[in-house]
Amino acid sequence: MNWRRKWINPVLDKEFVLRMRTPRAAYSVLIYVLVMGLLGMGIIYVMTASGMGSRGRLDPTTSRLMFYALSLAQLVLIAFMTPALTAGVISGEREKQTLNMLLTTQQSSATIILSKLAASLSFMTLVILATLPVYSIVFLYGGVSPKQLIFVFLFYLFIMLLLGALGVFFSTIFKKTMVSVIMTYGVGLVIFLATGIAYIFAMGIVQTQMYSSGGPSSYSSYSWIGYILGLNPAGALISILEPSFSDSVFQVNGGNADAPIELWQQFLIVYSVVIVIALWLAIRYIRPVRRNRVKSSPIMDPIE
Amino acid sequence: MIEIRNLTKSYGSFEALKSVNLSIAKGTVFGFVGPNGAGKSTTMSILATLVLPTSGSASVGGFEVTEQPHEVRKRIGYMPDFFGVYDQFKTTEYLHFYGASYGIPRHEREKLIPQLLELVNLNDKKDAYVDSLSRGMKQRLCLARCLVHDPDVLILDEPASGLDPRARIEMREILKELKLMGKTIIISSHILPELAEMVDEIGVIEHGVMVAQGKVADIQDSLRVKRVLHIRVLERSEELAEQLRDEAYVSQVMSDSYGIHAHFSGGDAEQSGLLGRIMESGYQVVSFNEAQTNLEDVFLEITKGGTSGDELA
Repeated sequence: MNWRRKWINPVLDKEFVLRMRTPRAAYSVLIYVLVMGLLGMGIIYVMTASGMGSRGRLDPTTSRLMFYALSLAQLVLIAFMTPALTAGVISGEREKQTLNMLLTTQQSSATIILSKLAASLSFMTLVILATLPVYSIVFLYGGVSPKQLIFVFLFYLFIMLLLGALGVFFSTIFKKTMVSVIMTYGVGLVIFLATGIAYIFAMGIVQTQMYSSGGPSSYSSYSWIGYILGLNPAGALISILEPSFSDSVFQVNGGNADAPIELWQQFLIVYSVVIVIALWLAIRYIRPVRRNRVKSSPIMDPIE
Repeated sequence: MIEIRNLTKSYGSFEALKSVNLSIAKGTVFGFVGPNGAGKSTTMSILATLVLPTSGSASVGGFEVTEQPHEVRKRIGYMPDFFGVYDQFKTTEYLHFYGASYGIPRHEREKLIPQLLELVNLNDKKDAYVDSLSRGMKQRLCLARCLVHDPDVLILDEPASGLDPRARIEMREILKELKLMGKTIIISSHILPELAEMVDEIGVIEHGVMVAQGKVADIQDSLRVKRVLHIRVLERSEELAEQLRDEAYVSQVMSDSYGIHAHFSGGDAEQSGLLGRIMESGYQVVSFNEAQTNLEDVFLEITKGGTSGDELA
């Protein structure tokens, strides 16, 4: 029981119990695994029907492609599910009128915020782990190392942490869960889509400039636009699956230099800062905060 | 135990509290009265460390709410006017959660929770889901939650609102028991009669201003709240009513089939003199009573003209 007392604080304990006591938890896992399973089956069907692999059967090369496809599909599902789970953790308590009583207990702001995030992410981790049997189809045909699978799953954890931290932050500063959910999805959309589109536009501009100035340059250099794709989760995930991907992203202007940084490394560094800032702000603003110590200072209240 | 000095709270241009001063001694039951939006809940939220004042200070047990909120939280049990519960919890689990949140070890909670459930008459509901409890039971459970860490001060914002008469009486009995336990209780209510018999002091707040504070009797005296005399005579009731209208200290004389009601602003000696004159005039007096002035009268007297009747309901 000692480890329990040490790691499971009352807020975390409450979140675990309340989340798992509703049938919704079981339905969520079921639907998620069902969707992943159908996607897996669909991918196998497409690959075998289109004549990929050896005579309509899966081989290690096609099973590797299937792994990539599944991993990207899972990334999209996580992007949809994490905000739904986390963007209401504080505002939901506020709407249910339980937050004030929680805030008058001895639990620190950090404990409340981090426990609620940890509980939501634990559930997401359970959902992701529940999809492992779908991945076992891939292992049946080979082509993917367990190490790659572990890296991909660790990357998922990071994505969940990022979206979860943003969800908890918006949930703290906005009074209404609906507003918080919309904001989290909005920022998620920027991270997932806007960065990818920005990269494509930037690549177009750089290549047009390159051809108008007389073709690829002969000297070794890398283009700055690779950094844009380093902000995109799909770009970072592909760079984990295919290590050469980072080099090719940075070489659009014809240079042949190595990438200055792996896309996933840049992704981790940049978004770690975002996670820390989001959580710090959430911890700071869950309880009323005096902006400065002047007598008539305004107070930070949740935004309507 | 509770000290509030020049407390002000503004929301934009709206001033919810205007330089409120309040002092409540240990063991006092303090009734906080005022119409909706007068600033009762804001004051209580500030004491509960949930809202920061714009200026001024508030302390509980010598600890400033803005400087040492952690210490203040240890010493207060706060019951908001509107609150929710975690429906998926059972009653005992609900109290275990809050007990643990106050750092009470499990073995202590195991002993404490049955006692608390006993105090609020929920012993037979210990395994019931919170969701299945009636509103009155939830109010009592919330009160038990306030007591889980044995705080010195209870801040109860409208603890009887929305309760039926029986539940209200049960709540009042529990509060009396808490008073006997020596808790300092600050309790707000718009329903004034329910406070009357249990509070030691009242504070009347209106439009963010504390208009009166002190013992109910002292406030009545200081405001010279008129006594209402109820006089019944065997016959010639109308004639007596006419005669009373000419008496000094008497105003608003009303006469109906139940007798005569007259507002009287004199003291005991003048009242005795009035009875003597009525007797001398040959009226056969059946009864000559002083109607009890309650908190509601005091409140209406203090906030005269500034409060509409429906706000008091």
